[in-house]
Amino acid sequence: MKHNILALISGLLFGLGLCVSEMASPTKVLDFLDISGHWDPSLALVMGGAVGVTMLAFRLVLKRQSPIFSADFKLSCSSSVDKRLLLGASLFGIGWGLIGYCPGPVITALGFGLTYPLFVLLAMIAGFMVHRWVFERHL
Amino acid sequence: MENFTPVSALIGGALIGLSATLLLLFNGRVAGISGILSGIFVQPAGDRLWRLMFVVGMIASGALYQFFGPGGFENSTEVSLLVLIIGAFLVGFGARMGGGCTSGHGVCGIGFISLRSIVATCVFMLAGFVTVYIMRHVVGG
Repeated sequence: MKHNILALISGLLFGLGLCVSEMASPTKVLDFLDISGHWDPSLALVMGGAVGVTMLAFRLVLKRQSPIFSADFKLSCSSSVDKRLLLGASLFGIGWGLIGYCPGPVITALGFGLTYPLFVLLAMIAGFMVHRWVFERHL
Repeated sequence: MENFTPVSALIGGALIGLSATLLLLFNGRVAGISGILSGIFVQPAGDRLWRLMFVVGMIASGALYQFFGPGGFENSTEVSLLVLIIGAFLVGFGARMGGGCTSGHGVCGIGFISLRSIVATCVFMLAGFVTVYIMRHVVGG
């Protein structure tokens, strides 16, 4: 129960961060990616602000034996840079550049009560599912 | 750079970093949104509710900000509905194939100083720069 409430609070904060920084607006994101146009560097500072916190705080958190509400830290153990990573990140970047939405902002944008974010979210979930169907059937 | 909003960008970014820190400190989980979202559909039943709660929190923030904040986010897209759907599909497929998105690789992975995440972030940023250049200045000219 406690960990579900914490997840809700964490989601609220994440969404608030996306709203305050206007990253939930695809135009704002595309203006960052448009270096040769009217470039808007804001997204770099959003990443900088976020990474500034996580780099310092994660180091302190991981000094603990375990998280406060659960038995162990569930972290990705993969550290390899392989073809899948490079191809996946490339496809992700192409899609991101086409629409200006990535998974976080589109979820928060759903709360704005607009139609495009709903279409985007459904197509994104279809992308998850097709990937699973093609590559993760053995799981 | 007339649209540059450095103060709200840093504050918003710090809130995202704080959110990721709380999730790791209390629940031991990484705030990678594509992983959290896709897990709602594919993880075992006991591992779903916290994901759903996180997503509900994100949507609730959007709704509260839109209706009570200075907000006013609009239904905007620069591309046709078909391209919007294709782009969104690529984002979803690519995020799973590459093992993360802007939050998982960009915010959390770089926070862990993971080489894999730093490479992924550079690759998707570069792909984004090239795509927007083509869409806005070659195709859209």
